[in-house]
Amino acid sequence: MKLLTHNMLTSHVKGVTCGYPLLIQATEVKLNDVDFNAEFVARMIPKMEWSALVGAADSLGHLNDLPKDLVSDYENNEDFLRKVHHILLEVEVLEGTLKCPESGEFPVSKGVPNMLLNEDRVLRHPKTWIGLGCVSVCVVM
Amino acid sequence: MALPCSRACRKYLLHLAQENIEFRLPEIKSLLALNGGQFTPEENFNEKSPFWVLNIPSEEIAQGIMKRTVCAKSLFELWGQGRTQEDLQASLNSYPMENMVPYLKPDSTYKVNVYTFNKTVTHLDRIKRIDALEFLPFQGKVNLKNPENVFCLLEDYGSDPNSIPDEPVHIYFGRWIADGQRELIRSYSVKKRHFIGNTSMDAGLSFIMANHCKVKANDLVFDPFVGTGSLLVACSHFGSYVCGTDIDYNTIHGIGKASRKDQKWRGPDENIRANLRQYGAEKSYIDVLVSDASKTIWRPRELFDAIITDPPYGIRESTRKTGSQKEIIKPAEECGENHVPVSMAYHLSDIFTDLLNFAAKHLVMGGRLVYWLPVYRPEYSEDIIPKHPCLKLISNCEQTLSSHTARRLITMEKLKEFEEKDELAHLTDSKLSPYQGHNSFREKYFSGVTKKIAKEEANNTKNKD
Repeated sequence: MKLLTHNMLTSHVKGVTCGYPLLIQATEVKLNDVDFNAEFVARMIPKMEWSALVGAADSLGHLNDLPKDLVSDYENNEDFLRKVHHILLEVEVLEGTLKCPESGEFPVSKGVPNMLLNEDRVLRHPKTWIGLGCVSVCVVM
Repeated sequence: MALPCSRACRKYLLHLAQENIEFRLPEIKSLLALNGGQFTPEENFNEKSPFWVLNIPSEEIAQGIMKRTVCAKSLFELWGQGRTQEDLQASLNSYPMENMVPYLKPDSTYKVNVYTFNKTVTHLDRIKRIDALEFLPFQGKVNLKNPENVFCLLEDYGSDPNSIPDEPVHIYFGRWIADGQRELIRSYSVKKRHFIGNTSMDAGLSFIMANHCKVKANDLVFDPFVGTGSLLVACSHFGSYVCGTDIDYNTIHGIGKASRKDQKWRGPDENIRANLRQYGAEKSYIDVLVSDASKTIWRPRELFDAIITDPPYGIRESTRKTGSQKEIIKPAEECGENHVPVSMAYHLSDIFTDLLNFAAKHLVMGGRLVYWLPVYRPEYSEDIIPKHPCLKLISNCEQTLSSHTARRLITMEKLKEFEEKDELAHLTDSKLSPYQGHNSFREKYFSGVTKKIAKEEANNTKNKD
């Protein structure tokens, strides 16, 4: 999981009012080389929640010298865009857990977050399954 | 009519492949729009013909289209056309000399090709046709192997292979500009792809979908039913960054049974990332996640430039979403790490309602949603195409699957910001009730098969008696 993806993810545990950002508890982090593309990074920055990105990078120990506040006029600041590129695309969580700030967690294995809810988690918020019409049911696998 | 044409309104001849015919016009229109052009055909434009005459503002735009199209074979700058040899000659004679001269200079090399549609012409006849073009002021040297300029005479003998006329119904002459990307259909064939599944989309249709979707370099593209990522492979070829989700843990992790007939289990590293790597596009890989498309895992804002997907209809794959086990049986007391959530049937109408709401929420303004909609042909009407107050229908192309079933490629564009009241739109719009019909699609689709089985069983019991 790249931090670009993490920045867009939110908890969908029902009843949770503040499910963002997910806290990362990583047991394995890998650094990949990804070709730098200034235009793509510049296009992604407005879609990012900056404080969450800084928080995520910090929690993994890869904050380096990323500024706490988004710099202005970043489109032409290659030095800054390279730093953001590194954080967004090159730092990858391979194993770990994404924790909802209020309740529940999602495992990350082989770099893939599993965002499916376990029903025991749903059961802590009994309101959610009222009104869910159930037709045919099969168990995965 | 051959009015003197200024540089700004040159006519181009597009030669198209005679397959996926319904998908061609939306593709070319999308690519024109992507390159800053507009679709302006001639008066007697015939969508089904392999030859289209278009007005394109610049050669740059024309080149841009050919760098993307998988529906068109080649593009020519049209110098003349007519129903007969005489018409063609008159038309060529009225083409402005100053537009021709740069390509006919004495120090240049050239060759002339002859292409005939719906008729085979002997080599000798081809030479005769080239000789008949003598009146054009060719001054360069002929070079068949590596010419600077290529010209083409194209003859259209109609579309009926059972009654081929002696004389062509239309003749065109032009300067070759570029070929399309039909080679991609072969080079991206799923036969040679590292990781595939039972429902991997074929390469040609994947590229057509990416073109209908107007994906471009540096876009962020999302597929909520990603499977083995065929659509993302096509988008990454055009420079988009890609991500996707799928409810199937085994598919995302590339484990379990293989889809190839001579292979029992999936090998290591069978995953979407490896597919992108195979085509040199690993840098375009963002992430794939295990997730349920009916649940909101994304921040509520505009995130994606395009959404492209082939939702499950429950024909070759099951439609599932997660639900609570409490609804059926008491949940197990302990849920270990390898716990697998219960999944329940996902109604087709709900899939499309969720998909449209998702696109309305998460697409950037002007972003496109492209997806397949299954239809039961005897009951099809345009009314059943799902609608959304934020999304405008751009195109709707049918691919027939059997005499009574088809799937339609739907393209929509986001034109309005999403507001909370839009979410429930499908509940208040009574026109959308036929939409519920999708739930019975599976029953109808299999009705022929079910009847056949019932008949066979009845026969078997009779025989036993």
